[in-house]
Amino acid sequence: MNAPNASGWKPEMGPAGSALPTTASGDKGLQLEEALIFELGQAGTYGVDLPEPEAAPVAGLSKFLRKAAPALPGLSEPEVVRHYTRLSRQNYAIDLGPFPLGSCTMKHNPRLNEKMARLAGFADIHPLQPKQSVAGAFEAIAELSDWLITLTGMAAVALSPKAGAHGELCGLLCIRAAIEAKGEDRPVVLVPESAHGTNPATAAFAGFRVESIPANADGRVDFDALVSRLGPDVAGVMITNPNTCGLFERDMKRISDAVHAVGGYVYCDGANFNAIVGKVRPGDLGVDAMHINLHKTFSTPHGGGGPGSGPVVLSAALAPFAPLPFVQRDDAGVAHLIEEEDAAAQGHAQSFGRMAAFHGQMGMFTRALAYILSHGNDGLRQVAEDAVLNANYILRSLEDVLDAPFAAAGPCMHEALFSDNGLAEGFTTLDVAKGLIDEGFHPMTVYFPLVVHGAMLVEPTETESKAGTDRLIASMRALAERAKAGDVTLKSAPHYTPRRRVDETLAARKPKLVWKD
Amino acid sequence: MRYLPLTAADRSAMLERIGAAHIDELFADVPADALQAGPIAGLAPHASEMAVERHMTKLAARNLSAGAAPFFLGAGAYRHHIPASVDHLIQRGEFLTAYTPYQPEIAQGTLQVLFEFQTQVARLFGTDIANASMYDGSTACWEAIAMAGRVTKRNKVLLSGGLHPHYVATAETMARFTGDVLEARLPVLSAEADDAELIAGVDGETSAVVVQYPDILGRVPDLAAIAEAAHAKGALLIAVVTEPVALGLLEAPGVLGADIVVGEGQSLGVGLNFGGPYLGLFGCREKFVRQMPGRLCGETVDADGRRSFVLTLSTREQHIRREKATSNICTNAGLCALAFSIHMSLLGGEGLAQLAAVNHGRAQAVAAALSALPGVTLLNNAYFNEFTVLLPSDARQAVRALADRGVLGGVALGRLYPQASQLHAGLLVTASECTSDEDIAALVAALKEVL
Repeated sequence: MNAPNASGWKPEMGPAGSALPTTASGDKGLQLEEALIFELGQAGTYGVDLPEPEAAPVAGLSKFLRKAAPALPGLSEPEVVRHYTRLSRQNYAIDLGPFPLGSCTMKHNPRLNEKMARLAGFADIHPLQPKQSVAGAFEAIAELSDWLITLTGMAAVALSPKAGAHGELCGLLCIRAAIEAKGEDRPVVLVPESAHGTNPATAAFAGFRVESIPANADGRVDFDALVSRLGPDVAGVMITNPNTCGLFERDMKRISDAVHAVGGYVYCDGANFNAIVGKVRPGDLGVDAMHINLHKTFSTPHGGGGPGSGPVVLSAALAPFAPLPFVQRDDAGVAHLIEEEDAAAQGHAQSFGRMAAFHGQMGMFTRALAYILSHGNDGLRQVAEDAVLNANYILRSLEDVLDAPFAAAGPCMHEALFSDNGLAEGFTTLDVAKGLIDEGFHPMTVYFPLVVHGAMLVEPTETESKAGTDRLIASMRALAERAKAGDVTLKSAPHYTPRRRVDETLAARKPKLVWKD
Repeated sequence: MRYLPLTAADRSAMLERIGAAHIDELFADVPADALQAGPIAGLAPHASEMAVERHMTKLAARNLSAGAAPFFLGAGAYRHHIPASVDHLIQRGEFLTAYTPYQPEIAQGTLQVLFEFQTQVARLFGTDIANASMYDGSTACWEAIAMAGRVTKRNKVLLSGGLHPHYVATAETMARFTGDVLEARLPVLSAEADDAELIAGVDGETSAVVVQYPDILGRVPDLAAIAEAAHAKGALLIAVVTEPVALGLLEAPGVLGADIVVGEGQSLGVGLNFGGPYLGLFGCREKFVRQMPGRLCGETVDADGRRSFVLTLSTREQHIRREKATSNICTNAGLCALAFSIHMSLLGGEGLAQLAAVNHGRAQAVAAALSALPGVTLLNNAYFNEFTVLLPSDARQAVRALADRGVLGGVALGRLYPQASQLHAGLLVTASECTSDEDIAALVAALKEVL
């Protein structure tokens, strides 16, 4: 309707939808396209002023010199700032709205943490500086270690793993080293079928044979099936708790006891520690090793896919095998770095070795420490409670419109799981996810865990307000109803994004991984 | 608590909707004896932003930062000036607080950055392709070794004595569990790298030869000669670059015949960070693409036919292949890759070449000043921005004594090779565009005092 406003102003109304005019630039107002730097840059342009070189290369270098500068475009600073700012606007991010990716724990990233990590005393120190010049760095690492050990009820922590999967590897290598130290041969690791893909991949990388353990009808590890498989060939189990169905493994302690009884070890995937931090200590449940994704529970930014950080807490049985280097307090409480030159003298001759250069993800440690200190013991407990509260609120607000396979059995933990059961013929979880993009949200985790058909795993985290969660629920309800009613416009969603659904088959069949002029 | 939006009234209303009388009903699956009744003992309560800042600043102040001292350390981690726009741009929330770009419709920003990054790395390395980054240089090096085994179906690997000892140790840790046979050697304090030993050692069972370029002592191996010898026996050459700025001056490893080139990208855009997070770089020949580890971003089109980018070839990866994956790695170093890419865009190829020339010139100035000192000998014939000098006694003592005088004078080889006393006179010294004439004078003066 083109009726006059109250002011009497009557705007001209043009065509709608596909009849809208095209633009000469290809941009559409604030929807800005951006070329590649290789299409923008040119030789001779630069964004850094440098001094003139003071000397010709040393004679010994002459045969190794480049014949021409690398074929990389240069851009001035304003062009660079504009390029990346324009690109950034094509991303969704936590700073823009809820990011309910189950098992990924996309929570708010406090900016204090960014500021602390950038203090020159942390950001501008070299990993091989004389130890006397970095005492504060060791103390910061030791403080983080103290918190992680106490929160998990474990004996020690290995800080060098660079991400969650690297932490899994660390834990499994500790188990392997412990088994070898006993002179045993245990080639098998048991992994529940609901596990993250990293679990079996890691176990295989650590040289184990992976055997799958089924889930029972209520979404948990089938205790009897697991116990019946235990034996002298089993090195251990890898269990995610809370698990990837968003459920607490009630039998965790019984499982641990049974595994220990046959001489095996218990690896816990700590990806979902956010649900229980400050409330439950995995050490009390018999866990021998657990990685902690600092980028999940302790809020270091995901950065579009890393860097992560995956410290591993260890039981007393596994602590002697921890990788080098690590930070340890002496009897006077002073923190020291233990690396190759100190290991034997400090009683760590059994360490399985080194997993990476230097000492771990310091920039993540300082962020995580700032986060932990900010929340404190009481705040972290509240984190777990609010994360679980938000997830159950979503579960109970949607279970009438979306199939929630385990909802009848009781509460969930930090994430609510739904299936595609009940959607109209031909409509899938993917359609709901893409519809959620049009609604202005990042989709939930889809098609994982594998034990539920067309899984939708929704993790709001504790940093969503009730109003924000209510908006997410309203959108998901609307989408569920559209998908059940067979609304075909969902099949082509998203419609309002910088790009529509992309051709993934083309990308994989004829990989084009670099730009060519 | 300032990061938690729910109010007491919200919590009550939500519990009511859920049908629970108390929050602990939601934790009913936790065995009662495992549930903490109150906050876990021994930890402090929450703190204000000001209190946290005060505490963290106090810890940071106990460290001597590189920018506050004459600084000459390298050995796999390099200090360069990072343009202000790099840190500004990576802190845009749309980059900083985004997830892995699994939903391409709302992640074209990150995806295009990764595509540009892959292209930059491939061109810098002289390889056909590159991946979207890995944890760091040391883990990328191991992944390259594992990949060479998949390509050649062999498992014997020669490691140059010039390979960073942490990289060697990382590979040795993994090889113990995978059955790869690593032949590692210690470096020898000679003017030239160990090309001849590697060329003599490669045989028909060798999967790969791993060579650092420049090497841990700052020497420059002859990659072309090693590549020729490796290829003649059906082995791959893996080149390892811990200082990518060097490739502004030195020929790209891929051009010299390296089949896989890995590196540590930290020196562009990322900063020292006490060792992490860093940035693993990984490039290789296109024909190996399906054996590659790590994420890959590829070009495609969307439903409207517009150029688009998407993560691709994920059938290699753990979330699809599970125990049959090419790697267990789930994450890359996205934000560090962004920082690297922005810094590289600001430099361009010509800027990188000039930066490299400036670095090399500064290193020559430091080398000349140190060589003039009695008892100090320059080891290298060739070097880029890092070289080895021999001191009259264990360089670790000199490094500590220099630090007492406020000078961060280099990396003693004894720190890296505690068991190899024949190397302990060696001191690795690095210069960069950040090294001033005053820094050099301070190092010389302090070294005169301590030697």
